[in-house]
Order: sequence, then structure tokens, then C-alpha cells
Amino acid sequence: MQLAVLGGFVVAGMAPLLHRWFGARTPMLMALLPASLTLWLLWQWPTIIAGNVLLLEWAWVPGLDITLTFLIDGLAWLFAMLISVIGALVLVYSGDYLRGHQDLPRFLVVITAFMMSMLGLVLADNLVTLFVFWELTSITSYLLIGFNHTDLAARKAALQGLIVTAGGGLALLAGFVMLAVAGGSWSLSELITQGEVLREHSLYTALLICVLIGAFTKSAQFPFHFWLPNAMAAPTPVSAYLHSATMVKAGIYLLARLHPALGGTDTWVISLSLVGALTMATGAFLAIQHTHIKKMLAYSTIMALGTLTMLLGIGTQGALVAFVVFLLAHSLYKGALFMVAGILDHATGTKDVTAMGGLRHAMPLTAAAACIAALSLAGLPPLLGFVGKELMFESVLEASHYQGVILILAFIAAFLTLAVAVIVALRPFFGPRRETPKTPHEAPPAMLIAPVLLAELSLLLGLVPALLDGLVAAVVTGISLGEVRGVKLSLWHGINLPLLLSLASLAAGVLVFRYWHALRARLARLEPIMARGPEAGYEALMRGLVNVAEWQTRLLQNGYIRNYLVMTLLVFLGLVGHALVFRHSPNIALSIDVYFHEAVAAGLMVSGAIVACVMRSRLAAVAALGVMGFSIALTFVLFSAPDLAITQLLVETLTVILLVLVLFRSPRFADLSTPVERLRDLVVAVLTGGLTTLLMLAVLNGERLPRISDYMVANSQPLGHGHNIVNVILVDFRALDTLGEMFVLALAAMGVYAMLRFHVVDYDARHPPTPRENTDD
Amino acid sequence: MESLMAIAIGILFAAAIYMMLRRSIVKLVIGLMLLSNAANLLIFVTAGMTRGAPPLVPQGLTAPPGIVADPLPQALVLTAIVISFGVLSFAVVLVRRAWEIVKADDLDKMKDTDT
Repeated sequence: MQLAVLGGFVVAGMAPLLHRWFGARTPMLMALLPASLTLWLLWQWPTIIAGNVLLLEWAWVPGLDITLTFLIDGLAWLFAMLISVIGALVLVYSGDYLRGHQDLPRFLVVITAFMMSMLGLVLADNLVTLFVFWELTSITSYLLIGFNHTDLAARKAALQGLIVTAGGGLALLAGFVMLAVAGGSWSLSELITQGEVLREHSLYTALLICVLIGAFTKSAQFPFHFWLPNAMAAPTPVSAYLHSATMVKAGIYLLARLHPALGGTDTWVISLSLVGALTMATGAFLAIQHTHIKKMLAYSTIMALGTLTMLLGIGTQGALVAFVVFLLAHSLYKGALFMVAGILDHATGTKDVTAMGGLRHAMPLTAAAACIAALSLAGLPPLLGFVGKELMFESVLEASHYQGVILILAFIAAFLTLAVAVIVALRPFFGPRRETPKTPHEAPPAMLIAPVLLAELSLLLGLVPALLDGLVAAVVTGISLGEVRGVKLSLWHGINLPLLLSLASLAAGVLVFRYWHALRARLARLEPIMARGPEAGYEALMRGLVNVAEWQTRLLQNGYIRNYLVMTLLVFLGLVGHALVFRHSPNIALSIDVYFHEAVAAGLMVSGAIVACVMRSRLAAVAALGVMGFSIALTFVLFSAPDLAITQLLVETLTVILLVLVLFRSPRFADLSTPVERLRDLVVAVLTGGLTTLLMLAVLNGERLPRISDYMVANSQPLGHGHNIVNVILVDFRALDTLGEMFVLALAAMGVYAMLRFHVVDYDARHPPTPRENTDD
Repeated sequence: MESLMAIAIGILFAAAIYMMLRRSIVKLVIGLMLLSNAANLLIFVTAGMTRGAPPLVPQGLTAPPGIVADPLPQALVLTAIVISFGVLSFAVVLVRRAWEIVKADDLDKMKDTDT
């Protein structure tokens, strides 16, 4: 399985090559990959249903004990199955949707890479592996939203999605690290048995908040929901696959996976159920305000994601059963509806539902699939969506905290969703025929397979929900906190409170549909309030980021080399000075073991330096520098360094000659700075010099380590056959350093030569040198 | 002697930095020279200063008879002296070329000179 997933990335990379060989048939061919994974998963079905957990270990880096372990239990199986099945269908569908598109190979690369990342995410047992795949899905999602990269809006939406989800990813990483510290393991299969320890741990609140931020951003929960509708800039197969069926459910998957480890506390229950319920109502409310078919579907996806979060928050067995059913139902009908939306877009040339009507004669099969999927979205019998909604109402009535609030929000979401379903799926197909930019026609078979199949599954599982008993029981056992009693699903629950709530929401939903236009007109008045939503906050944040970056670039990188130097020195002074004075309280003692002639040499050195600074004549400054250099050579002589003294004398002589030769043709000294600037520079210079002195005194009086040159002293003659130890070090023990030094000198010499060769008369930036002029010298 | 040298080196550093902060490009070069000398001395002094015991092996012996000055920092400083000369000669020629071309000694003016 690991090989299949990692190999899938290789297949993704090969897509352009395959496309060159097989042309338009490539998507079909590549669909074989998820299709074979589906078969493999089906083969594991008996094991999973029996409640077993498959732990596939594969030594990745055996030397470092890093294993790529996959954990397949009911939850992972369900997600992997959705990813593979819908993945195969989406690939087949996109073959026709993007037929002839020049970037089809790129699309195939990214969507296959996404598919494999998503599989890795839901199957990973190790937190780090999970995180890597999690980020990979964010990146592939970014590439897919921005697929149409010549469109500014698509690029902006892609970046927004990336920033929101990757920002949440950072919080998630912090949460994972704390989780591993608190639970003592990086392995999910071990962490979910550590629930007692984790919930009592002092890091619990912090790690829960971090994990929740990660999950909420990924799954577009309020107030991070705004990126999802914008992500609809992606091609429709992407919206169907990433932004409804799979990627946005990664956060939900993570919450479900960690439910046994972190769930059950008041913090968990209240935050998840309230955020979920709020997201649910917000999504449904925003959905009816739009007429763009994909945006309406996106907002209803937010509604569904909110419902799933809320059910995980409630956390009773009934709620978890409802969670699994609703998850499955949503993936089926929403995938189908998005693909229908893509077909409508292709066939009519518009995405506005108010511009379509009476299409059922032109495209009967599409209409049938759309109706079935929409009825499931609306939660009407006999579809799986109805079973899910009944179970949802039942669990809301079981909620332990804020039951009233959640119930009201759930009811609002239910009837608004019903209205959305009717508008999205029924309006385009029924009623009077409207003129559309293109003449509508039935979609080709490859595009029809996917929505029809998914809609059929909704219907079949709705009629015989008992088919799901085993799977639901296996999933719920894996994610629940306590024992699981028998799970029995059925379409008809008898006349009870949930059914009455359903009926009431049906009536309200029909009313909303009836007066949709009037309602939208009234809601348009809320526009100024809506404009201050979380998306405005995101925009403000991004603007602020850019402003801060500009400000600090102007401050720190202003192009004045002086300012860079001052800044560096100030940081040095602050950090080193602080560490020296406050951390180490250095032991500084002045020794006065000085002979007179030594003091004279040091005095000459210092006066040479100071005179070189204050002289206004260039020649005098050079002479003062010479005095300083020769006194340094004298110091070397006095303190047992004859080689240094010789070198210093030679270099100093050459330097003075060079400076005299060159500086005479250079500008005179000019006084360019103001007195205030001089004072500022003087303060910085004196502080740095003082700190250097302090550091040296501290080092000189500190404890000394044994010197490392004893080996060289002892072996210079026996091994190096030289009597001058310094020379032996240079040409023998550290010969490579000397070789490097020679390279540096050679480079400097070449640079000097090159610059002296070109005369200024040859060069003028506005009139590049002509070959004739260049040859004169 | 090390204490006295520490103070002298501090003054050399201060002088070097003051010169490097000037706007005149020739002063920058002088600052660079002061800085490389100060750094060489710093390495030499921090390793400890020994009077009258150069790291030499007398003829006929395989090792020096008594304690000698540490040869390793001397080798390092020797390399550094030569390299700083290379850097200095390059810098001096660069400054001269720059002055010839842009006719400005002021670093602030050079910043905005695109010629």
C-alpha cells in the first residue's frame, strides 16, 4: 500500500509523458490507479468489518528507526474508499471536461499527486507523516485552484486558500509536537489509547486549540470559511473532488481520528458543537444569497462541514453514527451535484442558476442525476441524505451543552439547505425554457458516468441503509470514547420529533424557495455588514503584512552601507554586552607586567592609529598608518614571533607604497558629515572598542584550555623535518589553508589587474566601448 | 602586557570603526586597514604573549627544550596578514576605479549613481 501511494506520485510525474503517447485517453488510463486501489480496499472489507485494524509497517529509513506506517481501520478505510472511488470518477469526468485543454497534462499531474497525498493523509499512522501529507494537500490544492493561472481572481483565490490552510498547518504542527510530548508517542495508534493521560495533561488546552485551528482552517469552519467559496475558481472536477468530497474533509478526519484521544471534555464538546452549528447556519444562510451555482454548492458544503464538526462535538454514539452517515451521504450527493454543475456550465455556457430553465428535455439523464442528488441534499426520503438528517436531528436532541442554540441553528440550516437544493437542481431543469449562451445538449457518456453513479448510490443506500450497518459500526467503534452497542440504520424511524422537525423544515424551505427573489432583495441590504466579515479581516491582515515588510525594509535595507554597519554593531553591542556583563560577571584584573620599551611600542601603535584618523592630509595619514604597522611588527619581534614580524614588515612596506601611489590620484579628504553624525559614530566606535577590550580582558583572565599545538611542537622536526614550527604548520600540518590563501591572493591579483587594465577613457556607461578603442592599450 | 595590549586593541577597533562609518570612500579604506591590523593583533594577544621564546627547534634537537610561544595562532595570523594585504590592494584599486568613473568620493552619492 505504501508502495502504491509513493508509486502514485511517480505516476503523477509521468502524466505528461503518458499524455504524449495516449493523448485524450490518458485520464481513463490514469483512473486505473485509483480503481485498482479501490479493488484492493474492497478486498480488505471483510477484515475491516470484523473490527480489525490493519497496521502496515514499512521500514523507510531503518537506520534512524523511521517507518512509514499505515493504519487502516474503519475510519481510514471509509475515507480511502471515498478518495479512490471519487478520484477514479473525477479522472474519467475530467477527461471530457478538459478535452483538448492545452494544460490537461499539468492538471493530471497535480490531481494525481493530490490523490496520493490525501490517501497518505488518511492512512498515515505517524503524526509527522500525516503532517507532511497534510501540507502536500494544501500545496496541490493551491496549484489546482490557480489552475487557470492567467486569471487574476483565480490566483488570488489560490493564494488565499494556501495562506489560510498553511497558516492553520503551522498551528497544527505546534499542536502535534505538544501532542507527542504529552502522549509520549508520535504514533496515532498509540496516542488514541492515551486518552486518559492526554485529557489530564497540563498541555491539553494549548494543544487542543492548536489542533482545532489546523482542522478548522482546513475544513473551512467559521470564521475561516471564506476561502472555500473563492476556491471555486478551480475547474469543476477539482471543486467536486477537493473542495467538497475529500480535502476539506481532512480537518474533519483529523478531529474524528483524535476524538478518542482528545474528545469528551467540556472544552472539546462546547467548542466543536458551537463552531460547527454556527458554520452550518452561516453556510446555509450565505448559500441562498448567491445565484452562481458553484458558489451556492460551496456554501452548502460549508454547511455540511459544520454539521460534521458539530456531530463530532456532541460525541454520543448516536451523533457518531449520524456523523458517518452524513459524511458518506454528503460526499455522494455533493460530488454528483458539482459534476452536474460542470455539465450545465459546458452545455449552456453560464453558471448563473437564474439564467437557466427547462433543460430537462434537452438533457434528461443529467436532470435525473441532479434531482436525485438534490433530494439527498435536501434531506428528503427515500435518500441517504434523509437518513443522515434524521440522525442529525436525533443527536442534536441528545446534545449536552447549549442544546437550544444548536437546535435552532440546525433547524435554520436544514430549511435553508432544502431551499438551496431545490434552487440548484430543480430550477435549471424545470419551468419555462430560457435562452442560454449555448444551445444545450446532453453530456457525453464519460461525463455522465460519475454523477449518475454517485446519485444511484445515494438512492440505493437510502432505500437499503442496512447495507451500511457493518461499516458504520466499524468506524464508530474506532472513533468513539466508550463501548458501542449494535448499530441499526433504517429509512423509517416512525413518527417522532426528528420527523416533525424535518416536516417543519420542509415547509419552511418551500416557502423560502417560493419567495427566493424577494428574500434575496431584502438580504442585499445586509451587504455593508457582510463586507465586514472575516474575509475583510484577512484582507486587512495581508495589507498590514505588506506594510510592515515595506516599513522594515526601508528601515533596515536602505542602501547606506554605514547604516548596515551601525545596525550590526548595535546588535553586537546589545547581545554580547548583555551576555558579558549580566550573565557572566567577568573577572577583570589588569596586570602591570610591562617593560618600558614594550609600552613605547604599544603607545606608538595607538598614536599611529589615532593620527591616521584625524589627519587632513592623505600623505600624513598614510605615514601614520605606516608607523602603526611598524610598531605592530616590533611587538611581534618582542613577543617571540619572528615570522610574523618579517611578514608584517614586508606587507607594511608594500602597503605604504601602494597607498602613496594610488591615493595621490584619488580625491582629497573631504568633510562630509555633520557634527551630530560624527558624535553618533564616535559613540558607536568607542562603545565597540571598549566592549572588545572588556571581552579580551575577560578571556585573558578566564580559565584556559590546554593548547592544541603541542602535537605540532613535538612533531615539527620528526615528522615535518623543519626547525621553524610556524613554517611547518603553514606548509605541512595546515597546508590546505595555505593553498586556499594562495587562491585568494591569486583572485585578488586578477581583480587588481583587470581593473587597472581598463582605462576610464574606454568606458562610459552611455556609450559602451567600441572594439577599436579597446585595442589601443 | 596582555592588559595593555587589550586596551590598545580596543582603541584600534574604535578608530577602525569610526573611519569605516565616514562617508568619504578613502577613509573607508583606511578603516579597513586599521580593522585588519586590530583583528590580527587580537588573535595574537588572546593566545597569550611569551617573551623571548620563539617557536623554533634548535639544530640537533627534535623538540624545543623549554616552553615556546604557541605557534598555531602565529601561523593563523601570518595567513591573515597576507590575505588582508590582498583584500586591501583590491579595495584600493576598486576605490580608485570607482572614483575615476563616478567622480564622487561620497558613499551616499554613489548609492544613487547608476553610471
